[in-house]
Amino acid sequence: MTAYEKMKAVRASDRPKGRDFVEALFTQRVELCGDRRYAEDPAILAGIGYLGDVPVTYIAMDKGKDLAERMKKHFGCPMPEGYRKALRLMKQAEKFRRPVVCIVDTLGAHPGADAEERGQGQAIAENLFEMMGLQTPILSVVVGEGGSGGALALAVADRVYMLENAVYSVITPDGCASILWKDASRAQDAADCLHITAEDMVSFGVAEGIVREDFAHFDQMCGELKELLLGELNALRGLSDEQLLEERYQRFRRIGVYQEDGSVNG
Amino acid sequence: MLHLFSHLRMEKPDGASGASGGDPEVRCPACKASHRRDLLMNSLYVCPACGGYVRIPARDRIRLLADEGSFAELDETLTSVDFLSFPEYQNKLDKAKQSTGEKCAVVSGVMQVQGIPCAVFAMDSRFVMASMGSAVGEKITRLFEYATENGLPVLGVLCSGGARMQEGIVSLMQMAKCSGAVRKHSDAGLLYLSLLTDPTTGGMTASIAMEGDVTLAEPKTLIGFAGRRVIEQTTGAELPKDFQTSEFLLEHGFVDKILPREEQRETIALLLRQHQKELTPDG
Repeated sequence: MTAYEKMKAVRASDRPKGRDFVEALFTQRVELCGDRRYAEDPAILAGIGYLGDVPVTYIAMDKGKDLAERMKKHFGCPMPEGYRKALRLMKQAEKFRRPVVCIVDTLGAHPGADAEERGQGQAIAENLFEMMGLQTPILSVVVGEGGSGGALALAVADRVYMLENAVYSVITPDGCASILWKDASRAQDAADCLHITAEDMVSFGVAEGIVREDFAHFDQMCGELKELLLGELNALRGLSDEQLLEERYQRFRRIGVYQEDGSVNG
Repeated sequence: MLHLFSHLRMEKPDGASGASGGDPEVRCPACKASHRRDLLMNSLYVCPACGGYVRIPARDRIRLLADEGSFAELDETLTSVDFLSFPEYQNKLDKAKQSTGEKCAVVSGVMQVQGIPCAVFAMDSRFVMASMGSAVGEKITRLFEYATENGLPVLGVLCSGGARMQEGIVSLMQMAKCSGAVRKHSDAGLLYLSLLTDPTTGGMTASIAMEGDVTLAEPKTLIGFAGRRVIEQTTGAELPKDFQTSEFLLEHGFVDKILPREEQRETIALLLRQHQKELTPDG
């Protein structure tokens, strides 16, 4: 598949959504709601459950299945209160030294007058700032669309995995094409230019690895993903809080390509 | 108002004193009147014809805030690379460098304001809309790291079109990278003042613009995450005229204070002074 075909594929209505991954990955779940500030945002599905025999806090973006559900969830585009609910539950996880597992699938943070009034930018910024200091492991899996800052707000993690056809981008290829060529129909070209595939993410150091997709055997696939995540949690358990945060910082610190005194770094 | 920038009058309007390069004529975006850049410095880039705010180039911004001769630049050779061979990017970079005389959309370093030492960065909207790519992210990260090591407060004068799409996902990651550096600086008990100027949008609003201990903004400044056009197209909503202005953000609780240009230096100095560490009895 080309980058553009992947983007189309992850937007397909029959592709597994956040809720499907939550149900397949975590057992004995208690769903938790609300940001304690303003509202509950159904675009973010979160709670406490078991990953294997490890209690974790799960935070998943969920686009919904039918039209009614999708509208209620703003088509999976979180509101500021969704990000604040996520942060509340991350801080709660930190208190109980419980790892956090995030499932990312969004076109982006909701662009709305109400979202702006309630500080969409500030909500995302606060998550980036707080996740950089959160003293418990954070794992993120991009299962569909990783749409810009709205996705990053659940992906400042110790490990990031991409599903085989998942994409992660600073701007939607459609949006990029309309800025670049004043022509949204050139999204296909823009998708190539932006380098949005799972392979691209691994090559830039944005993701640690790629998870094979096999939706015909969804439970088996999620079983393998669960083992992968448990292995990562096991590896992170050996780190002190200081080491964990320093490694998380360095994971992002080294990303970047620039020129200095005539030589190229990164 | 004169005394606030009288310290600049000794400096030559251009050349060795470090004035911003580029076009010597600047047009006021409000009334379209054309003014000489060196004369605009004397009015804090407030249009003498209509009183409108003209966007201030990064280097001039720092000169207007710093004590005379106190600014020392850091990482001044750091610049962008077109590592994705993105359409038109190299051309854009070349043009930006030529028209501004800058190598990067951010100028950073250390300065003193009324004798108080402070790390500073200022974004330049003339340089690829002050979007944040690797070079901007690296310079801002290094500045916060420098400030943390040296126990200095940071003043950030922000404006930005958002993440720099010509650097793909790597530009998005700069938001996390800079936020990490801000976090370390904050954990060291140090002050970060952000001053938001026109326009502060997208990824910048969703990261370091909103991470200050004190968030200041210029009057009538565009500050927001999603663009007005995107919101109108997505939701069909009709947006009020003052939507996403600094006044709108103040009303909704997302900035601390709106600061007219003639008050900025005094207020910033006061805030820096209020956060100066007391000397312990044994020094």
